[in-house]
Amino acid sequence: MTDTAPPLSLVGVSVALDSRLVLHDVNLTVGAGEFVVLLGANGSGKSTLVRAAVGLVPTIGGDVRLFGTPLADFSDRARIGYVPQRTRAVAGVPATVEEVVASGRLSRRRWFMPRTSADRAAVDAAIERVDLAHRRSSPVSELSGGQQQRVLIARALATEAELLVMDEPTAGVDHDNQHDLADLLGGLVASGTSVLLVAHELGPMAPLIDRAVVLDNGRVRYDGAVDQLLDEALGHAAHVHRHTAEPPREEGLPSEGAWG
Amino acid sequence: MIELLDYDFMRRALLAAVFTGLAAPAIGVFLVHRRLELLGDGLGHVALTGVALGLLTGIAPLVTAIAVAALGALIIELLRAKGRTSGDVALAMLFYGGIAGGVLLTNLADESAASLNSYLFGSITTVSTSDLVVVGVLGAVIVAACLGLAPQLFAVCQDEEHAKVSGLPVWLFSALISVLAAVTITVAMRTVGLLLVSALMVVPVAAAQQVTRSFRSTHLFAMVIGLAAALGGVVASYEIETSPGPTIVMLAIVAFAVLTVVGASKRKFRPRPTE
Repeated sequence: MTDTAPPLSLVGVSVALDSRLVLHDVNLTVGAGEFVVLLGANGSGKSTLVRAAVGLVPTIGGDVRLFGTPLADFSDRARIGYVPQRTRAVAGVPATVEEVVASGRLSRRRWFMPRTSADRAAVDAAIERVDLAHRRSSPVSELSGGQQQRVLIARALATEAELLVMDEPTAGVDHDNQHDLADLLGGLVASGTSVLLVAHELGPMAPLIDRAVVLDNGRVRYDGAVDQLLDEALGHAAHVHRHTAEPPREEGLPSEGAWG
Repeated sequence: MIELLDYDFMRRALLAAVFTGLAAPAIGVFLVHRRLELLGDGLGHVALTGVALGLLTGIAPLVTAIAVAALGALIIELLRAKGRTSGDVALAMLFYGGIAGGVLLTNLADESAASLNSYLFGSITTVSTSDLVVVGVLGAVIVAACLGLAPQLFAVCQDEEHAKVSGLPVWLFSALISVLAAVTITVAMRTVGLLLVSALMVVPVAAAQQVTRSFRSTHLFAMVIGLAAALGGVVASYEIETSPGPTIVMLAIVAFAVLTVVGASKRKFRPRPTE
């Protein structure tokens, strides 16, 4: 049954952090080969939602399933690739691009065993795919912010996952890099990978997206096609620019753009 | 120089130095990567209570020190896993309690300050054959675990959350790092001493990374530096009649200073990489 089950499904999921309810009764499905983008204002619960989906945050209610298997029983971790929000800057010892990307392969490796040729090939391919082959022996700390973000994406790709869960991979990435990322994701989705991506704005990824889900205060406010979302946004709030695809808001909270 | 090897105690001290010099940076690199450099210091204090317990009960202090330090390491990991801010206070209690308990129990055992001193700063003349067997076996286990599980331990230290999503047993590996550090401390007790053992875990790593660019090369080079400092320190401490611990650590710090200069000049002349 797990073969036909969607890669990710959340039914009635609630999450509390420090006894504050952050997600209320959220339903979300990412079907096979689907590219779903999760939108919402800061503090709407986007990050918490993807973190709950991969098991980093405990849920207080509802059902999270990966490929049809309840999260608690899901052990085939190589099928998911996770890209966290930003690089942990605290690492104390230099580590090269290749070393960090190779750590994405560990869900497939046995303890005390050397890397297989398949491991090497997957790591090489992942580094190639994010266009960092020329920096593979460089310490990650010497790279630019955008390049570091690409290292984290390559690490998720190295496991050859069927589902990619990405928490704001476009944050702090310049326009050109966003285009490159869109091309990369387009290729992955075309080859059958499912993607759940948290974003602030759609930018060059807009045409690739199958469905957008908008969170507002921990509840799903919209789940559907991107075009309709844009129309709704334009209808409800004239100040929302089409290219940002910001969710409709009742009250025009000050945007973080000018001051953020 | 070579006549040093005529003495049984010197041969044992040098062998103990080999295991200590390799094992301490082998586990130390993970502590540094995790920004837990001072964990070794605290565990050294805890191990002191273990030593005193041995002196009091007549059980080999090496054995009681391993047991108490490993237990302390597990408690620290539990506190860390809970992630409460009060964990820092609990750590302080554990560390201060360790050193206070060690001195108290030693007093109760009617042992002199001199016998405690040999554990605090090392004493090459006191390495017994049975000590050496324990040190050798544990040292080999530490080095094998640190090199064999290096990819997994690296991943846990690099990004704990990503490691968790990858299905690695993060708590198990975190606890393993702490327990291996605790065991390393007791292995190094006779050569470097409890108060300075943490330096042998951290300084060779800090020295190596002045000139290395990858985790693996830092790991291996730190072990080379640790080995050289431990062997050189034991020989020098015999020649100039000093405690081995401070002598070993001073040599490691000299290596750090030299490599810092080398690293700085290397970076100055390296062409900037292209985008």
